[in-house]
Amino acid sequence: MLYMIFSIVAYLVLAPLVGGFLAGVDRKITARMQGRVGPPVFQPFYDVLKLIEKEDITVNRVQDFYILCFLVFTAVAGGIFFAGESLLLVIFALTLASVFFIIAAFSSNSPYAQLGAERELLQVMAAEPMELMVAIGFYMVIGTFDVSQIIQVGAMPLPYLIGIFLGLVYILTIKFRKSPFDLSMSHHAHQELVKGMTTEISGKTLAMTEVAHWYENILLLGFIFLFFVNGTWWGALIGVVVCLLAYFLEILIDNSFARMKWQIAFKSAWVVTIVVGVTNLLVLAFV
Amino acid sequence: MSYVAKSPWVIHYDGSSCNGCDIEVLACLTPMYDVERFGIINTGNPKHADVFLVTGSVNEQNKNVVKQIYEQMPEPKVVVAIGICANSGGVFKECYNILGGVDTVIPVDVYVPGCAARPEAIIDGVVAGLGKLAEKRKALEGDVIVEPERASAGEQQAQDTDEREEGAK
Repeated sequence: MLYMIFSIVAYLVLAPLVGGFLAGVDRKITARMQGRVGPPVFQPFYDVLKLIEKEDITVNRVQDFYILCFLVFTAVAGGIFFAGESLLLVIFALTLASVFFIIAAFSSNSPYAQLGAERELLQVMAAEPMELMVAIGFYMVIGTFDVSQIIQVGAMPLPYLIGIFLGLVYILTIKFRKSPFDLSMSHHAHQELVKGMTTEISGKTLAMTEVAHWYENILLLGFIFLFFVNGTWWGALIGVVVCLLAYFLEILIDNSFARMKWQIAFKSAWVVTIVVGVTNLLVLAFV
Repeated sequence: MSYVAKSPWVIHYDGSSCNGCDIEVLACLTPMYDVERFGIINTGNPKHADVFLVTGSVNEQNKNVVKQIYEQMPEPKVVVAIGICANSGGVFKECYNILGGVDTVIPVDVYVPGCAARPEAIIDGVVAGLGKLAEKRKALEGDVIVEPERASAGEQQAQDTDEREEGAK
């Protein structure tokens, strides 16, 4: 129980710090890939601290409440995960968080934000089946949805879940909002939709959105980590290294692709889900 | 400590520029000049922006657009007029549709002259604007939301009163 509380507090405190730092490293590596010097590594923190200082100019007040819910439920989802509770609950809480984000964008009445919200719905639809398959896969291999029991199993789950792992890495591009699938909003200067879902979000509310993304990113890397735990320290080490490699891969993909149409994002995500995800589950069911 | 000067996000608007200054503004974002070193990002969204870069003079058609973008930006914010057309109207000053520089519509904090303004000058102008941003942030902290011009006029008045009082003594 004490361990559980410690894990939750550690996640709530450390995830924004590590997430923000990773975002800074992302921007630095991106800049280097483009032949630029790039901002300081702590730039994402400067950005968020600046946004907190800005004037509050929200048009529709209810939007700020939804964004707060987005932040809270993202943190709750991560808290459940790091407390060692059910994977299903984590995925549902995370989905609820993104629903709040979508509602916030819709509530602003800005056509750009609404178009972004529609695209976000499509992205959720594209990525969600694979997320659920991660939970189902772990259940079929280990016999439980509980993270605390999954990490105590002696054998590394990866060999049994290799297809699901690949599928998860594929949808990670959607979840991290990286090109080619940064349809609903982007950190880059793609200006076809102004800023998509965040068009009407400014100041403190935008800062909350950023922090929620950091929480979300750490949680998603936690999913990757889960494939490598085998109860030993070297299993954990491999997990951390693979998390960093996956993050680097996302940065590389981000810099190598232009934004694609939503049709491609949607179809390819489902094809990958069916080919690697369902096949993996079928193999687990029959073997 | 204020962080406004550490992460200035810019929005760029082309008044009736010939695109010379626009290209120079965008050149600032390229690997050659790389303004992201200073945390500067081109947002394209007034609600996220701290620095408003205007190129070209303001005309009858776009004066409302310029005003609207300015009003949509949250405080503290600064306006940087880039190029001689944005400063004063430049060679287009006498045209029937041109109002003049950007300061005919919105208060301008930094003037960057040039035709076209060079990227170095633009970066210099934005960095000068950062000092203004920090000042404006301080003014907001003190809850005295006053226009800079008004504030200095007030000081002048106070000085005048002091002098008069001294004179009376």
